[in-house]
Amino acid sequence: MITFEFLISAISLGSLYALLALGLVIIYGILKMVNFAYGELIMIGGYVLYLVGSNTNLPWLIVAVAAVLGAMAVSYLTELVAFRRVREKSLTALLITSFAVSTLLQNGALLIISPRAKAIALPKVFSTSVTLFGITTPMRSILTIAVSIALLVGLTLLFRYTILGIALRAAADNFRMTRMLGVPANLVISSAFVLSGAIAGVVSLFWIGRTASVTPTIGLGPLLIAFVATVIGGMRSLVGAVVGGFVYGMIFIFIGVLLPQTLLDYREAFMFLIVILILLLRPEGLVRVKYAQERVG
Amino acid sequence: MKLRRLAEWLSPYSTIIILAVPMLILTAITDLFAGSLLVRIVTVMFVSMIIVLGMQVFMGNSGILAWAHVGFMGIGAYAASLCSMTPQMKAIAVPKAYPFLLNLHLPFWPSILVGTAVAALAAAVIIYPLMRLSDAAAAITSFALLIIINSVLVHWDRVTNGPRTLFGVEEYTTLGTSVLCAILVLILAYFFKESSLGLRLRASREDYYAASAMGINITLVRYLSFVLSAAIAGFGGGLWAHYITSFTPAAFYMLETFNVLAMLVVGGPFGISGAVIGTVLVTIAREGMRAVENEINLNRFLPFDVVGLTEVFLATALIVILILKPQGIFGSRELRWKPKGVADEANKPAVDSALGE
Repeated sequence: MITFEFLISAISLGSLYALLALGLVIIYGILKMVNFAYGELIMIGGYVLYLVGSNTNLPWLIVAVAAVLGAMAVSYLTELVAFRRVREKSLTALLITSFAVSTLLQNGALLIISPRAKAIALPKVFSTSVTLFGITTPMRSILTIAVSIALLVGLTLLFRYTILGIALRAAADNFRMTRMLGVPANLVISSAFVLSGAIAGVVSLFWIGRTASVTPTIGLGPLLIAFVATVIGGMRSLVGAVVGGFVYGMIFIFIGVLLPQTLLDYREAFMFLIVILILLLRPEGLVRVKYAQERVG
Repeated sequence: MKLRRLAEWLSPYSTIIILAVPMLILTAITDLFAGSLLVRIVTVMFVSMIIVLGMQVFMGNSGILAWAHVGFMGIGAYAASLCSMTPQMKAIAVPKAYPFLLNLHLPFWPSILVGTAVAALAAAVIIYPLMRLSDAAAAITSFALLIIINSVLVHWDRVTNGPRTLFGVEEYTTLGTSVLCAILVLILAYFFKESSLGLRLRASREDYYAASAMGINITLVRYLSFVLSAAIAGFGGGLWAHYITSFTPAAFYMLETFNVLAMLVVGGPFGISGAVIGTVLVTIAREGMRAVENEINLNRFLPFDVVGLTEVFLATALIVILILKPQGIFGSRELRWKPKGVADEANKPAVDSALGE
């Protein structure tokens, strides 16, 4: 029954990656900006876990909420301080700004906290295993799946039925038209950043749950995954991001099984090869959208 | 009168002269009066300038963000070092090396050329599919490529000694070599920009659809330019390796990418002048901050070691410059003088429609 165990880990990884990719695409859809500072939001979540967790005696759930709020706040601040002012100028400037923000946050953590890894206390749930259908699975995987699915459903409802969600989707389709119809641009963009920060915060709980420590450079791994997942799935649609995340998770697990041990170190390089193949065959990603347009300022 | 004639005759090359002469003067002053620390800073600056100009060749003219160049710099650095090191040294520094690599031993310049060729070849093999992409997808994939190159450098321990330091590379690059090579690359980058290929590439930057409607094979043009710029990065990497003499794959990663990107963007990526002056400005800022950081750490002003202050400062400065001048200090202008009565065609500000503004 290795297949079932395998399936659980693939779905757990896939749903986490789907969330990751979604957080990136929410911003990309509107601004056509790839947020290089996205990984650092996960780092911020981790450091809030560390700082609040080690200095207070609050229950873990409240610490986790604080981490999510921290990531949301920093995401909002990056937009307010940096991106808002560069947004109207050029795409290249915007991308480089986001790389600079990423460097700033990373080295800020280096400067203020420490270059060394900080251990994080996690609740027992993260280290226990359960036996399901005769298979022992880490509780963490089940938890990841449950929370990711719940969040994805919640986000779908938000996008479909709330005014904010509809405004966000409209802005992703045609930002200029949305503004003409009276939707305030700053509000939409700020809420996209807050939402993206919230997703990053939730992902950070599980990402850090795997290693139980946080370093200033921890954001790079998830950032790359989100990048590749969005390229696989198609950058223009939210559904594409989710599909891309799942596909990436599946491929990653499959490669881990199929590749001989000596080549396992190059797993990332093989992932990239697959991305190149997908780009060659379907440059617009797996999920095509009916409506697509060039970036406007 | 004669002087004016001379100036007129030289005016097509004025950008090169305006930039290269101060570089030579700086080299002479540094060589004559400066201490070893300053010589080191200036040499590394000229080598960085080669990398930045290499990036400019592709990024400036195509308008596509290029993150992977530092990776190609790393490829050039490793390839050149492995050629120039003596077999005895290699046996110690790269214990698991392939036998044919161990026996390879070339003089300095052929080694640099091999490094250049390997970087160009690596680019030629892998980059073609990425050249079809524009904007964000291009930025993402070349960023991923940087990470992949790093991953290969870290794990291929039969060539690079893995994540450990590669040591024992002989110091061949001098201040003089670095400045002459920088000027050579400067000339190359300038003539590339003005060449037919460069012109076609710039046309694709200004208006993708108009350019392809005029029969420009944009993917091919981008491809050829990228291979050239990766070759320049590999060339710079080889020189860098033979100055620094011991390094790890981590030297060719995010921090260095941020560094060269800042150099290119501060000055303005669309011209040679911007690339050169940006390199100088960022070097001054970075070394100044580093001195402050060292001073703080040496004198124990603070109860803990200060790490990352330089980068925090540089990143903040970069964001401020991008807010105030998103096209960099020079934009798409070049430093030049023009002969009398001739309209300055080449110096008209380009309409960077592909890049907004």
